[in-house]
Amino acid sequence: MSNHAAAVAHQFDDAFQQHDAATLGMWVFLTTEVLFFGGLFTGYTIYRHLYLPAFEAGSHLLDVRFGAANTLILICSSLTMALAVHAAQLGHRKSLMTFLAFTLILGLLFIFIKLAFEWRHDYIEHLVPGINFAPEGETLAAIQARHAPVNYVELFMIFYFIMTGIHALHMVVGVGILTTLLIMAYRGRFSPERCNPIEMAGLYWHFVDIVWIFLFPLLYLIGGRY
Amino acid sequence: MWHGFPLRPDQISTIAQGVDHLYYFLTAVDLFFTAGIFLTIFYFAIRYRRRSEDEQPPRIEGNLALEITWSVVPALLCGVMFVWGSSLYIRNSRPPEAATEIFVIGKQWMWHLQHPEGPREINELHVPVGRPIKLTMTSEDVIHDFFVPAFRVKKDVVPGRYSTIWFQATKTGRYRFFCAQYCGTFHSHMTGWVEVMTPEEYEHWLSGGVKTESMAAAGAALYQQFGCVTCHGTGKGPPFTNLYGNPVKLDNGQTVVADDAYLRESILDPSAKIVAGYSPIMPTFRGQISEEQILQIIAYIKSLSTAEGKK
Amino acid sequence: MATAALEPQVEFRTHYLNHAYGIKSWLLTTDHKRIALLYLASVTFFFFVGGAAAVLMRLNLLEPTGSLLEPATYNKLFSMHGIVMIFFFLAPAVPAVLGNFLIPLMIGARDVAFPRLNLLSWYIFMLGGAILMYAVIAGGVDTGWTFYTPLSTSYATGNVVAAAMGVFVSGFSSILTGLNFIVTIHKMRAPGLTWFRLPLFIWSMYATSCIFILAMPVIAITMVLLALERLFHVGIFDPSLGGDPILFQHLFWFFGHPEVYVLILPSMGVISELVPCFSKKRIFGYSFVAFSSVAIAAISFLVWGHHMFVSGQSVYAGLVFSALSFAVAIPSAIKVFNWTATMYKGSVSYSAPMLYAIGFIGLFTMGGLTGLFLASLATDVHLHDTYFVIAHFHYIMVGGAVMGYLGGIHFWWPKMTGRLYPDGWARFAAGVIFVGFNLTFFPQYVLGYLGMPRRYPVYPPEFQVLNVMSTAGASILGIGYLIPLVYLIWSMRYGPPAGQNPWGAKGLEWEKALSPPPPENFEETPVVTEEAYNYG
Repeated sequence: MSNHAAAVAHQFDDAFQQHDAATLGMWVFLTTEVLFFGGLFTGYTIYRHLYLPAFEAGSHLLDVRFGAANTLILICSSLTMALAVHAAQLGHRKSLMTFLAFTLILGLLFIFIKLAFEWRHDYIEHLVPGINFAPEGETLAAIQARHAPVNYVELFMIFYFIMTGIHALHMVVGVGILTTLLIMAYRGRFSPERCNPIEMAGLYWHFVDIVWIFLFPLLYLIGGRY
Repeated sequence: MWHGFPLRPDQISTIAQGVDHLYYFLTAVDLFFTAGIFLTIFYFAIRYRRRSEDEQPPRIEGNLALEITWSVVPALLCGVMFVWGSSLYIRNSRPPEAATEIFVIGKQWMWHLQHPEGPREINELHVPVGRPIKLTMTSEDVIHDFFVPAFRVKKDVVPGRYSTIWFQATKTGRYRFFCAQYCGTFHSHMTGWVEVMTPEEYEHWLSGGVKTESMAAAGAALYQQFGCVTCHGTGKGPPFTNLYGNPVKLDNGQTVVADDAYLRESILDPSAKIVAGYSPIMPTFRGQISEEQILQIIAYIKSLSTAEGKK
Repeated sequence: MATAALEPQVEFRTHYLNHAYGIKSWLLTTDHKRIALLYLASVTFFFFVGGAAAVLMRLNLLEPTGSLLEPATYNKLFSMHGIVMIFFFLAPAVPAVLGNFLIPLMIGARDVAFPRLNLLSWYIFMLGGAILMYAVIAGGVDTGWTFYTPLSTSYATGNVVAAAMGVFVSGFSSILTGLNFIVTIHKMRAPGLTWFRLPLFIWSMYATSCIFILAMPVIAITMVLLALERLFHVGIFDPSLGGDPILFQHLFWFFGHPEVYVLILPSMGVISELVPCFSKKRIFGYSFVAFSSVAIAAISFLVWGHHMFVSGQSVYAGLVFSALSFAVAIPSAIKVFNWTATMYKGSVSYSAPMLYAIGFIGLFTMGGLTGLFLASLATDVHLHDTYFVIAHFHYIMVGGAVMGYLGGIHFWWPKMTGRLYPDGWARFAAGVIFVGFNLTFFPQYVLGYLGMPRRYPVYPPEFQVLNVMSTAGASILGIGYLIPLVYLIWSMRYGPPAGQNPWGAKGLEWEKALSPPPPENFEETPVVTEEAYNYG
């Protein structure tokens, strides 16, 4: 297939149709993702309602500073992603690569903070359900001070790990996509007519950010802390 | 055993006939429409069969009046079924005040039943005819389901909570009960018999056999054995007299009714609901106490409530 | 590439089956028609796997003592039967086989919107199937297809995690198929093909796809939670660990009820094609049939609680779910009446597909109406988890969905293969299936009313007569399913050439595409100027 034909796949009549189809496809995929996380949010909400003191105590076990830092990082990365899409639409290859790289670094930074500070800390404090959940010392005292049954605090931690874990998995996928796009951009594969992949990756990235925007208050903030 | 060819299960409870009447109505509607559709299709298929390859049927796009008719008529019929089924259900789901309570514990793969007077049974349930019986049920492992076809009652028996059904048998005899919720390898062995007896026979059965202490007496013994008395008998913990069935004020300002579920939770998760004016010092008894013992302690607490104490 | 198809050759013509040969040309194809055939082979395999399990179960139930099989074996068989039939046969049957083959042809497109994604869906499906087959071979799974907790998470001994992962993986196949179809239907229609000129099969596939993308992710995350709980003993659903087993049921049935509409809606779409064609008449009340599909899909997300009337949910929740469950009966009734009315003053021929369509309408009516017994609270208490539910479900799923699938396969077989099958044999098989089906499942209604619980390998002796009838029916039904397998395979080689439009049907796939269609479907992009079903 020639270079020209590569821009429009054989099943489409023209680039507009292809662009429309890709955009709609991405939105449909994100709808699926909403429902995927929706199951988790439903479970979390129900248990929070049932075992409020334990969930508040669990929320206090998290370090809100890291959560807030990561929120800020993701909001910035959404901005750089939006700028990358803009640069791609204008055909500015240099700035496209710059913004993609910024987004990529911010994404990696998010994962680093999550792993190296938060999850590692939880592991040391024996707060990882299924692996070593057995709070002791000050942590245990903090839980007991709130009259929270330990097994329901564990339930909170289960949801914390599954929700942030699946979110982090999406971040890892996003980082992979960004890396691919960066290499493609370096090779000059994008043009104002052909920047579909950048736009789609942008939609995906914003979605993953938005999930975090919901996770952060739900897990870190609404515990009677503020 | 050869029971011939039954088409209807035994009708042995006060609610069975009502359920069956609705069932007959639904069957009649079902047969009417199924037969109607089949006959219409056959009639059309024969009357309008293709006589030659090039025949041209008339063009018919639709008919709004017909569409509305066959939307509204089924909707009305469904409305009737809904109201009928729901009102029966609401009526059937409320046990009468005077019902005798029997406790049921399901576990893989047998049913434990205990009468308040003390006698225990496995996979057998003796009940008197003509008296409302309420079953309070829980499970020690997975979800089971207590199903007596002759009584038209069924309810899931869920671990971690109490579910109830009630019935009033109308005829003496032996009737099957089943576990209706798939519960593992020997699910199909988790069946038994309800023995409906005359009240005299039932009294005789209760007093006969091995002498057992009543559930409340067993609970009173556990009250001592687990050391409940050291706090709940001394004022360090809330007292049990006239507790059951009455509202309890909690330290977070809420008020709950002290029912079976509340008492169970307070034994297993004492810190979940703290009574106002008391400190959360009670340890959990999770893992140390069986479902049967919890029911006995509840029976004991219940026995400490008098009619005058009802708030 | 497309030039060969332009030459009008009678003897030899390049079409999608012969433009490339070899195993690679199939396994790496992005042609929606070839992918459809890949699915056809796969689901046929799964159908006979699930069917074999059913036959063994029925044989075991000949005797009340169930002496043929150990209870543990029986439990594994019904679990496998349910999982295989629902996730690996019924869910992909009409959408992934007929939908894949027909959607681009019916809307005048060269392919689906994302052909490579389409092939990926098949590979994901096969991966899910392979994981499930591993679970079965490595000892089986005995939780039932519903995976109820805490049985599945803490007590069951089988390969629950593997089976759950099989379901999880295959769910993504359905999601991607649904996504592909939605985009294809929205963006790839031929010029002039407005929404209200679409064949009704497309409407039902659209509704099905919406359910796929909304319901499948919920079962996916539920299966993840289930597997995590089983692997790490964390208490999400097990009450002894702090969880709530009823939450699992809510999550499961929030997916599960829309899922069963995923299984029947596509077949409804097939019937909406068959009845007009074999009556030579426009479908009666096009827009009512079209919107009833959408209504069914929408309401299906609001009725899940009717699976939990006896689980201890509150009386008020029961009332709401009961009312909504009755509401979903109305659009189904509208469809049945409109199909029947389509035959009025038509020119009805009794080719095999039409026999399946007639069977579908009758059996679906029966199955749908017995659903009302289960939507009604007072009767559901008695009938829940008995054979009545099994009978109701199979009247919809076998009498409905499978009949519709077979009708569709017989209808579009000439288009798919370019060959005709022996119509006499096909009609005979349709009759055998109809008789066998009713003999199998009608006695189960009575059994359920009498109180025989489902999932019992051993049962009280008074239920034996009806069980023997049911088993007799099952053997007839089994033979009925083998007959088409034989003559359809035979016809691929020896069947007489079908010609472009053997049924004289309307629709782009018949009027504008050759049989079998060329690789790019149409010689030139068709332009649509008339409504669907313009039979006169």
